[in-house]
Parts: sequence; structure tokens; C-alpha cells
Amino acid sequence: MTEIFTISLIWSTIRLSTPLILAALGGMFSERSGVINIALEGMMLAGAFTAAAVTYAVGSPFVGLVAGMGAGIVIAAIHAIACIRYRADQVVTGTAINILMIGVPGFLSGAFFLSSGSTPQIPKEHLIPWTPIWIAVLLVPLSWYVLYKTPFGLRLRSVGENPEAADAAGVPVARMRYAGVLLSGLLAGIGGAYLSIGQSSLFTRNMTSGRGFIALAALIFGKWRPVQTMLACLLFGLTEAVTIQMQGVVKLPSGEDIPVQFIHMVPYVLTIIVLAGFIGSSRPPKALGIPYQKER
Amino acid sequence: MNLLRELLFPLIAVVAAFIVGGILILIIGDNPLQAYALLFGSALSWPVGIGYTLFYATPLIFTGLAVMVAFRCGLLNIGAEGQLYIGAFATAWVGITFANLSPWLLIPLCFVAAILGGGVWGAIPGVLKARFGSHEVINTIMLNFIAVALLSYFTQYHYKTPGDPIMETVPIGSGAHIARLGKVIHGLPEFIPLNVAFVLALICCGLVYLFLWRTKWGYELRATGTNPSAAEYGGISVRKQIIVAMTISGALAGMVGINEVLGYRYRYYDGFSDNYGFTGIAVALLGRNHPVGVIISALLFAVLQRGGIPVDAFTEHVTKDIVQVLQGTIILFVAAEAFFRGPFAKFGLLKR
Repeated sequence: MTEIFTISLIWSTIRLSTPLILAALGGMFSERSGVINIALEGMMLAGAFTAAAVTYAVGSPFVGLVAGMGAGIVIAAIHAIACIRYRADQVVTGTAINILMIGVPGFLSGAFFLSSGSTPQIPKEHLIPWTPIWIAVLLVPLSWYVLYKTPFGLRLRSVGENPEAADAAGVPVARMRYAGVLLSGLLAGIGGAYLSIGQSSLFTRNMTSGRGFIALAALIFGKWRPVQTMLACLLFGLTEAVTIQMQGVVKLPSGEDIPVQFIHMVPYVLTIIVLAGFIGSSRPPKALGIPYQKER
Repeated sequence: MNLLRELLFPLIAVVAAFIVGGILILIIGDNPLQAYALLFGSALSWPVGIGYTLFYATPLIFTGLAVMVAFRCGLLNIGAEGQLYIGAFATAWVGITFANLSPWLLIPLCFVAAILGGGVWGAIPGVLKARFGSHEVINTIMLNFIAVALLSYFTQYHYKTPGDPIMETVPIGSGAHIARLGKVIHGLPEFIPLNVAFVLALICCGLVYLFLWRTKWGYELRATGTNPSAAEYGGISVRKQIIVAMTISGALAGMVGINEVLGYRYRYYDGFSDNYGFTGIAVALLGRNHPVGVIISALLFAVLQRGGIPVDAFTEHVTKDIVQVLQGTIILFVAAEAFFRGPFAKFGLLKR
């Protein structure tokens, strides 16, 4: 058993947690402002594809990273406009964006790269394996500070808890919610970019493979708070790292592989348990999911 | 007039989505009219195109109904995807385990397994919501992933033919096969997997309609959806309705397994669903949460799915991903209906 718990496990936990931390903290800004964000998956895909395509075309991963953030913001803007301005159902809109973003990267790569859903290989010197990790590391204290110690954070939380009172106090509810959702797009975009130009060297079809939803689970498991959310991401990253390291190494006494499927379930089962209130209670922002209409 | 209004916005949403898709096709340098002609032409050609389109529509009718029943109770079931996998595996398990039973017994047992499997998986988030107040959206998302992992485990470790590189179970007994419609419809070749499950899906539309609008239980379910506090005050147990709605919803989703396992592949195939559960949300929404609307919009999405294949093959740049682009855009426009309501109200075309 000891051979799994090595330096390489820690390193692989950090690498696997990074996109989760970025997306989950993004989701936190959106949900604390009162807008449900199950579109993290789609926003990550947008960031991953755009970052890889632009890096390949321009040859600069930093331009690619910025483009990935931009793509995340564009997708977030669609979510924000539909949910805030047109008061669409936030879960349905999020689902629509996820379906849309399964298609769009494939559609564009078919046109630009004549491939069936992936970008060409990016040369090794054009990858940024470290930058997104540092961004994620710095982001945790930063988002804690922004959320709890700045007027912006206070306003953001107030429109998520009680938009009527916030409005009465002069806080621009819609503008704060736009800010929250767009921030989630920006951060999920970085998370996606890390997958394509940090961890690997190209975009492949559906390369997020559910990480947006694990990030959402971590956000709930972390009770919509930055530090707890990071810890949840590290835990979920660790479970994934363990499954990768265990494969073919650790056997059951009967000589068979340990089924990885059960370890894959851990984040999801934990989230259901914590949401039901068995381990402490995880309470969402009060106005989460409710469109706000100003009294006329 | 009321009916017209019900039809108007879904229709506008579809047309708008096709315009957006058309602009995208134009940008990447293809002819949108040619692409759409290919799409509809192939999907609506007799017999192969229509046969496949109806086959693709079958799971979408089931998942559309599933989402609709939950929605009428004020619940959003994002978990049809997981429920249909559990239903499919359950029906395959019965078909494998009791392979030697007579078809007269085995087929009904397989149907019951699909319904029970999906129903149980749907009931879990219902109970969690009724008992602990935890949100069904999050729980159904989580249960989707749990279902996929669980079934992948059972397929890989317990029900696969040893040495088979494909993640699929051993075949079900031939007594569990249900008839393909090619057997009875003249001119429809039998290689097309359109089967009895399609007829079953249409029957379910009728049953759901009767249940929701012609029975006391359906009335209570809808009352809970319209105004839970008023329903509670009127003596309806909201908690019970939540569990009932989610169970029925899951059972309907589970019936996808009948089409897939008993009528098409004759085994459980890991990861077979082409996002049927999520497309079901679009189907219900576009169909205005009414059984007739569900049939119509399931057919539309099936046309897209079938028609995407020749578009991929016979245009220069357009890939079958255009299907997801159109689907996503349609849901977005249906969800943000106020986007169209604005201009209509402005010109006095719509009075509320």
C-alpha cells in the first residue's frame, strides 16, 4: 500500500485539483450572487478549445490563455443575459450551454482543422504547465479576501441572499449578478485552458469529461466557501490521483484489480450525503436560482 | 388563440436556432440551405430515413415524458440519463438471468425490470428532497455519475464475456427480444431497429395524459407543481407528491432500456445513451410539457440526430456537431422566451 503514497501522488493530486479549484471558485462567485451555474462544464470546454486553438495558431500560450478566459466569459455572458435579463430558468439554460459546448468545439475544429473534434498537437515549448497552478494557488486567498473583506464581496453576497434588501440599500442587483457569472466564466475558462495547454498538448473532444460537474460538487461540498471548496477540490483530486496510481499496482487479496469505479463515485456520494445534512449542513445562498425582478 | 400562442414561441425558437446555425455554417464556408436540405431530406426519406428517425425518437419520447411529469410537479429532473441506464441494465439483467423462460413471461418481466430500475433511481432524489429538502437538481446530477460508475463496474467485472474488448454484457436470451416493426409494416426493412418500444412510447403519452389530467392523483401532482403551499393547505401531501412524481419520472426514463436492450442491441452496452436524458429536457420544454408536444419535439430532435449523419458526410466542412449546436440553441431560445416576448409586445402583437 505504501508505494502509492509518494511524492508523485502529491504532484498528481495538485495537477488534477487545479482545474477543479479554478472552476469551483468561479462557480462560487456565480452562485453566491444567486445564479445557479451548472454550465461550468461548458465554460471549461470553451476555455480548453479556444486556448488550444489560439495557442496553435499564434504560437503563444499566454495569448492562448487569455483567449481561453475570453471564451469562458463569452459563454458566461450568454448564461448571464438569458438568466438575468430574460429571467430564463438557470438550470435549463446551463443544460443548454453544456449541450451547445459539446457541439461548438467539434463544429469549429471540423471547419478550421479538418479534424473530428480535436486541435492539432501543440509543441512542448508552447505549453504552460505551471502558470494555471500558481493562479489557482493565489486565487484561494484572493477570492476569500474579495468575498469577505471588500465592498464588492459584501454586495455580491447580499444579492445572493436577499436581493430585495440589497436593492433597497442601493446595490445594483443585476450588475452584481452579471459580475458574478462573468467571473465564473473567466475562471472556468482558465481551468479549461489548463487541461488543453497545461496538462496535455491539444484539445480533444469532450476533454473535461465531467470535471465541471465535479467542481460543482466540490463547491457544494465546500459549502460555497473558498477555503472549504479548495479542500474539497484537493480531496476529489486526490481520489482521482489514487485511482490512476492504483491501477495495476494494488490488488485485492484475491489477486484482482480493485475496481476503480467505486473510487470514481466518492465525490458524488459525498456530495449527496453532505447536501442531505448528514455531515454538517450545506446551505445554498437563499436567493439561489430565483430571478430578480425590480418592483415597478 | 391560446393554442396558437402555445405553438408560436416554440416555433419561433426553432426557426431562430436554425437561423443561428445557418449563419454559423455560412461563416465556415458552406451553404446552409444545402446542409439543411441534406438534413431533412435524408431524415424524412421513406423507408430508411423515417424508420431510423422514429427509432431515434423513441428514447426521446420516454425521456421527454419523464422530464415533463417531474416538471408538472415543480421538479427539474436532470437525472433521466442515470435513470435510463439503470432501467436498461435492470432489463438486461433479467433477460440474461432468466434467459430460458418463455417469452410470454420473460418479456413482461423485462418490462417491469426497466420500469422498476428507473423508478427506484428516480425515487432516490425524490426521497432526499422530501425527507431532507436537498435540491433534486444537484442530487440527480450526482446520481447520473454514480449510475454510470456502478453499471460500468457490473458490466466489467460480472456480466461481460471474458476477453471481450467492448464494454458490453453477454447477450440476453432470445425469448426477451421484442419484435421490430419491419416485421409488420410493409416496405420497412427489418434491419432498421425501430421496434415495439415506439408503440409503447406512444401508449405512454396517452397514459401520462390520462393520469395527469383525468385522475385525482394527477390533479394533486399538478396542484403541487403550480402552488405547493396552496396544495399543502388543501390537504395534499407535498412530500408524497414529490416522491410519486420522481418515481414515475424515473420509471418513464427507465423504459428507454426496453427500446435499447430488448429491441435493438439485445445486450447492455456501456455508455449507449447519446445524451437522451439531457435531450429529454429540451423535448419537454419545447413540447410545452404536454404529451402531444413531447411527441412533436421528440420527432424534431430525432430528425436532427438522423439528419446529422449525411450532413457530416456530404458537406465540405460541416460536421455532425451541428446537431448539438442546434439543440443547445433551441433550448436556450425556448428558455429565454422573454427575448422574443419583448419585441412582440412592443408591436402589440401579443396581448397577455
